Order: sequence, then structure tokens, then C-alpha cells
Amino acid sequence: MNYTPVIGLEVHAELKTKSKMFCGCSSDYFGQKPNTHTCPVCLGLPGALPVPNKKAIEWCIMIGLALNCKIANFSKFDRKNYFYPDLPKGYQISQYDQPFCQKGSVKLANGKQIGITRVHMEEDTGKLIHQGDSTLIDFNRSGVPLVEIVTEPDFENAKEVVEYLKKLQQIVRYLSVSDADMEKGNMRLEPNVSLRKKDVKELPKYKVEVKNINSFRFVEKAIVFEIKRQTEILENGETPAQETRGWDENKQKTVSQRAKEAANDYRYFPEPDIPPIRFTQDQISKIKSQMPELPIAKLSRFIMDYLLSEYDAEILTREKDLADYFEKTVNDAKDSVKYLTIRPSPKIIANWLINKRPDIDKILPARLIKEIILAGELTRVDDIELEKVIKKILFENKKAVADYNSGKIQVIGFLIGKTKQHFPKADTNQIKTMIGKLISLYT
Amino acid sequence: MKLNQLTIKQAQEGLRNRKFSSVEITKACLEQIKKHDKKLNAFITITEREALESAGKADELVSQGETLQDKPLLGIPIALKDIFSTKGIRTTAASNVLKDYMPVYDATVVEKLKNAGAVIIGKTNCDAWAHGSSGENSDFGPTKNPWNTEYVPGGSSSGSAVSVASDMCIVATGTDTGGSIRHPASFCNVVGLKPTYGRVSRYGIVAMASSLDSIGHITKTVEDSAIILNTASGKDPKDATTLGFPIPDYTESLKKEIKGIKIGVPREYFIKGTDPQVSALVKKAILVLEKQGAKIVELPHTQFANPCYYIIQPSEVSSNLARYDGIRFGLGRENFGDEAKRRIMLGTYTLSAGYYEAYYKKAMQIRTLVKKDFESAFTKVEAIITPVSPTLPWKLGEKVDDPLKMYLSDIFTITANLAGIPGLAVPCGFAEGLPVGMQILGPQFSEELLFQIGYAYEQATEWHKQKPNL
Repeated sequence: MNYTPVIGLEVHAELKTKSKMFCGCSSDYFGQKPNTHTCPVCLGLPGALPVPNKKAIEWCIMIGLALNCKIANFSKFDRKNYFYPDLPKGYQISQYDQPFCQKGSVKLANGKQIGITRVHMEEDTGKLIHQGDSTLIDFNRSGVPLVEIVTEPDFENAKEVVEYLKKLQQIVRYLSVSDADMEKGNMRLEPNVSLRKKDVKELPKYKVEVKNINSFRFVEKAIVFEIKRQTEILENGETPAQETRGWDENKQKTVSQRAKEAANDYRYFPEPDIPPIRFTQDQISKIKSQMPELPIAKLSRFIMDYLLSEYDAEILTREKDLADYFEKTVNDAKDSVKYLTIRPSPKIIANWLINKRPDIDKILPARLIKEIILAGELTRVDDIELEKVIKKILFENKKAVADYNSGKIQVIGFLIGKTKQHFPKADTNQIKTMIGKLISLYT
Repeated sequence: MKLNQLTIKQAQEGLRNRKFSSVEITKACLEQIKKHDKKLNAFITITEREALESAGKADELVSQGETLQDKPLLGIPIALKDIFSTKGIRTTAASNVLKDYMPVYDATVVEKLKNAGAVIIGKTNCDAWAHGSSGENSDFGPTKNPWNTEYVPGGSSSGSAVSVASDMCIVATGTDTGGSIRHPASFCNVVGLKPTYGRVSRYGIVAMASSLDSIGHITKTVEDSAIILNTASGKDPKDATTLGFPIPDYTESLKKEIKGIKIGVPREYFIKGTDPQVSALVKKAILVLEKQGAKIVELPHTQFANPCYYIIQPSEVSSNLARYDGIRFGLGRENFGDEAKRRIMLGTYTLSAGYYEAYYKKAMQIRTLVKKDFESAFTKVEAIITPVSPTLPWKLGEKVDDPLKMYLSDIFTITANLAGIPGLAVPCGFAEGLPVGMQILGPQFSEELLFQIGYAYEQATEWHKQKPNL
């Protein structure tokens, strides 16, 4: 292929604040009876005024911080004017030229940095329900806080996009600010795709936006399809049309929805009903201090503290609930089950969680520990037997022993590993203790 | 004196002393409405049944010893401009688009007035969506000036000014986006207050231009104006633009001596094109307050204020009126009148891509300069006095076909809206049998001072006691 894909991404994530963005209505609209979570404000009745939800703004800034963005000291809301029946005021309150967060980045596994253009705050619209000849409007969703995350056109293939999306989903879930549930529409994806000749630096003169995609799988398929479609057009010496397309899962292709020529002029202007918002460095630091540990930090900590492989640590930290459960179990194994002479090591707990996938909502950590022990996953090895083997290993690995004794104690993981080759089901604590006892004899 | 002619102050005292009942005052007002409103057209909706009911309740409370502290407006009939949302009472904004609209909630100010015991007697006529300076843009027919029914009463709070001037109520509320309270107050010989932006909640009031809309009232005296502001003002959790600036008891400092106060007169407000009779009356009024005459101050960006206002205001109007699409409530867009359509088109244009920088953004910069003009003037003087309108009231129909001429009648009032400062319109004489008003302007949150000056002037003159011959 003579072309390089240029892909950028807009993601909308609904925040799970108790109340909506600009009124006191509950934002928990999913599955509720239509139009029961409404008031003059989110219905856009004459005279109603928006009052911004402080929590939502803080959460938006948290997302920005997690994506390494600069947080604006001065920000404001703007009105985005357009007509649609699900938009009761005739405008959406959004942010135009001074979003809360700008200029961040996310690092992919291959080391590539994806630039984050901006992270801004806006409100969701109502929902249209088409029934026969008529259309009904449900305003329960109207005014639910929505964070829009826009990337630079830095992706070159669908795989990178999906990796980024999974990371982003993981981050907002870790922050507990959004369920980011694709099926419920908490997270919505809009990739824009174009192609440029290899070696060309400038951005292509056109851009195709794909809307209404509700799964990572579809986003991948849509991008792959678009790259193929656009390549064919370009190879015919033509330029693809600037337009908005949608993914049709039945036809397995994107279909044209709206030509960009007819694009809206949103007539943005500063929202006069909401005074501009200023942040001091102190306020931003305070928000930062309230943030939980992020996946990337947790991952390296698990590797360091629990001597896990990167592979295991990655699986365990994918979801915060599992990571928390793992740590709780490790701690319980240390503390609360002292009467046990055999204690499962972090590695054994990790293996169990990864391979057996117990229902962590139902089984308490203490119980899990017992299950692991009862399953005979670890046995207490005869001390004399163990001592023999370890002595041999220490003798054969002088460099590791020297490193350990000079203070690089993390090599003990390597020595434990060697020992486990002989006793795969042995209790790591027993091995560790034994190595500790013997190693100083081998200086 | 008839009961409908009472001021709030007099009604408060009479009610407490059981000289008369709220039902009696309310009935007197309703009778006056029935007698004269066919001719004046001040009301769109008269809430006779509800008014008598709440007057009855008020009388009960008085007999139970309800105190003035808890319910300062107990039993006082009040008329509301028909852009204040009233739960269960239709609210039309004087437009056919909303002619059948029934709000499900009360505006914050309405709630406060009700809690203070006020009796809502009806909803007053105005220019549709508060667009206008004459009252003629109402889809419910023009309101007439009680001093001469061939003349306009000023606008847009036309019905509110007329209902107070002709004693159909004791007090009425209004909104002022570019002069819509002060202007009709001056044309009808009553007192009109445009408070500081952010002093009174806008929640529940049909928005015209959100960054300019001020919620105020029209009364028979300056003292009454202070009484209403005591109830209406304050931070509202439902309006993010209200400020928590302390609320003094505005009636308390009213009678404070104002001797030695420095009053300024802006050169730019006594210009060619202003009716010399108006200028003369205002200058005379200033001499009443300050024997040596006022200090001349400069407000150099005044000449740009009108064009600046007529960009910002329609821009916001075009956005605020977008919700009236006929889908959820109200009637379709074809029901908008000419003036609303004109402003929607103007504002849509000035906000459009490629024009925003040249128009809206530039206008916002000028707005800052106008604001700075006042800030610098208020370092030299404490208050500024100007005419409210450059002309006397004009004949109905005279300016209807010339929107530009109509827009110029706001030339002295819009600056206060651009700067967010308060303005108090006070009657200051008559020319050709028609009322003339002056406005007292002060820095943000200086309402106390404006009341003191207005009150001092009222004490020295008799203009506010003049009543039209209905």
C-alpha cells in the first residue's frame, strides 16, 4: 500500500455523577420510565437556567490529568447552536475555545505517543424513539454530563485505535467517573479516517468521520473498511468525499450519512448564563490528590512488590476491582490467616485468579485463600529437601547471590523461580524464608 | 384616597392597623382594571379568583398576628410582567408563540414575592419577548399611555408601568435588558428600578438577552422600590450569575442625608437630538439635589454603545428563542412577530462563522470599554444623572415602521445594561402634558445610594404625586 492512514478519534464518555450537568435531576437514566428524570432546566422550559455540576467538572479535570493534559487556569462554557428535536434548548452547552484540559498524551505498548488535543465538558441530549409514523422524545438523558476526549490524528491503524480505547476505558473506570459501558451508550466512538501518500507530512485535504459506533470491534472493522475503501478511490486518481459515514453491521460496511458541505455552522458564543471558571494551582493539586492510583502505576507496582510477571500484572490490573481483590487477598494471606502454616504467595494467588477466574463478587478473599490451600495448590516441602536444592542453586548462581548481598534484593525473585522449577507447588514464603536464611552463607 | 392608590408603605401600615383589608385593596384594584383596562390594555391575564383567594388568606394571617418581618408584602396586590413564569397561570411573553403556555413552575422572584405574602393580581402586557421600546410589539395589542391614550407608554414593560401609573395595582414587576423598566417608568411618571446585574435572580423569567437581562420593578415611590428589592434580591442557587453580595435593608438607609454628594453629568448624554425640554427638566432636577450644579464627567465610548448593544442583544436573542420550535410546547415559529424575526436574523448573522470576530467579539470588547468608562467616572463622582429617554413619549404608530429610530430611544439606558450597573428612573417633570423621567446611575451594587438620592429628590418635589386623568 502506498498510503499511510491518518486516524484521529473523538470519544464521548458519560459521567456517573449523581445529578445531571446543569440541574438536580438524577443522571441515572438507563432503563428508567421515559421523562421521569426531568425538570424545567433539562427540558429547556422558558426561563430555566443552568447551574454547573461541580463534581462533574472535577471529574472532567481528573480525566484530563490522567491523560497528562494541561489544565486551564481560566475556562468557560459556550453555546453550540443547532436544531434537533432531542436538544430542548436549541443549543448544547459545551466548550469551544477554552476547554478544561488540553495537550495531553497517552503512550501505547509499542512506545508510540498519541496526542490528546483536548478534554472538555458538555451535556448529553435527549433520546428519540421512533414508533411507526411517530417519533417520541425521552428527556431522561438530556443534560447528563458528557466528557469529550479528542486525540490528534496520530493513529496509523485500527489496532492502535483499539489499544488506545481500551486504555481510555480502563482509565475512566479506574477513576470511577464513568461506567464506560459501550452497550449502554456510556461511551461513544467517532473515528475520523483519511489517507496520505507515504512520505507526505501534511494532513490530507479531506476527512471521513464515522459515527454511531458502539463497540471496539465495530470501530476496528469500520477503520479497516474505510482504509480499503479510500485506498481504492485514491488509486483511481480520485479524492474521497469529505463526509460523515456510519457503520452498518449487517452490511459490514460504512455508509454515507451526511455530506460535510452541508455541515452546521454552530454559531458558538460564550454561555452567558454561566460565569467563566477559574482554577488555582491549589485547586488542581487538590483534585490530583483525590485521584486513585492509575493502571500504569499499579502495573509496575505489582511487578515490583509482588514479584509478578508483566503478563500477570497486566491481566490483574486490567480492571480495578480485580486488582483490588488481588491485593486484599495477598494482605489477608499475610495477616488474617496466621494460624495457617502454609500461605499462598502472591504468585500463586495471581495464578489462581487468572486461571480459575473465581467470582470475586461472591467469594471473600479469606475464603479464596482456604480454597487455594485445600486444592493442594501448595504443599509444605520438607525443609531438609528444600535446603539441599537451594544450596545447590545458590552455588550455581554466584552472580545473583553477590548481587543480593550487595543490596539488589530483587534478584530473590530469580532464585525463587529457580527453586520452583524443582518444587512447582511449594509455598513461596517457605522458599523465600529459606533462601534468606542461607544466602548470607554464600558471600 | 382610594385603596388602589396606596403605596406599598401605606398599604402595609393600613393593613396592620386594620384600617382596611387585603380583600378590599385587591377589589379596588380589580375594579380599577375593569374600569380602565379596555382602554389602556395593561393586562394580558387578570387573576381575579386567585387574587381574591390569596387576599383572603392574607387577611386571615394578619388577624393571626403575622409580622411584617416574616411577610413584608402580606396582602399587597402586585402585577407581574407576563414573562415571569407563574405556576398554573399562563405566561405568554406577549407572543402568540406562547399564547397557551402554562408554566409548571414559579420564577424565583415570583416564589419570593409569594412567600412575602404578595397577592398576584394579573400578568401585564409588554412588547413580545420584551423586544421593544413602546409596547407596540405585543401580539395582544399595544398598551396606551394613561397620560394621553394616543401616546405610547414606553416599553417593553409597558403594562407594568401603566398598571402602576393608573393605580390598577400597588406595584408591578418588570425586566430591563436595555431600558425596558426605566423607559416606560419615565413615560408614565412612576419609579422604575433596574438593579445591578446579578442582584436579582433571572431564574424562571423568559430570557431575552441573558448577559443583559435585569429583573426589577415599577413602583409609585422610591421607598416602595426599596421595599420590593429587599424581598427580590439575593443569591439564587438556581441562577449561577447571581452574586452573594450582602443585602442591606434598603429601606433603612433611605432617609440618610445626601448633602455633599458628588453627582456627575455625562457630556455625551446631553447631545443634539435630545428634546431640549427633556434636557432642561433633568438639569433642573439636578439643581434640586446639588445647588452648585453637577460635575461634568466623560463617558467617551457612549457613541458606540448602541451599535454594540444591537449586536450582543440580538445574538443572545437568536440563541434564546431557538427553543420555541413548536415541538414540545408553544406554537410554531411562524407565530413570531416581525421584531422577533428581525432580531433572530440579525443575531444569527452576527454569530455566524466568519462574522463572529467582526461583530460579536468586537462588540464584547466595546462593552468592556463602556464598563471601564463608568468605572473611571465613578472614581470622580458618586452617581450620574441623565435623562431616561432622549424624547418625550411619541404617538402610537409613529416609529413602528422605523426600527432604527425606535432603537435610538434606548440610547441613554442601554449603557447601564452593558456595564451591569444599577439605574433608578424617577419622575422629574412634565412637558406638553407628558411625563419626563431622569435616571440615577451608580456603581455595581450601589442601589442603596440610588434610593437615597431618589428619595431626597422625591421629598423635595411633587412630580411623583401627579396622577393621570383617566
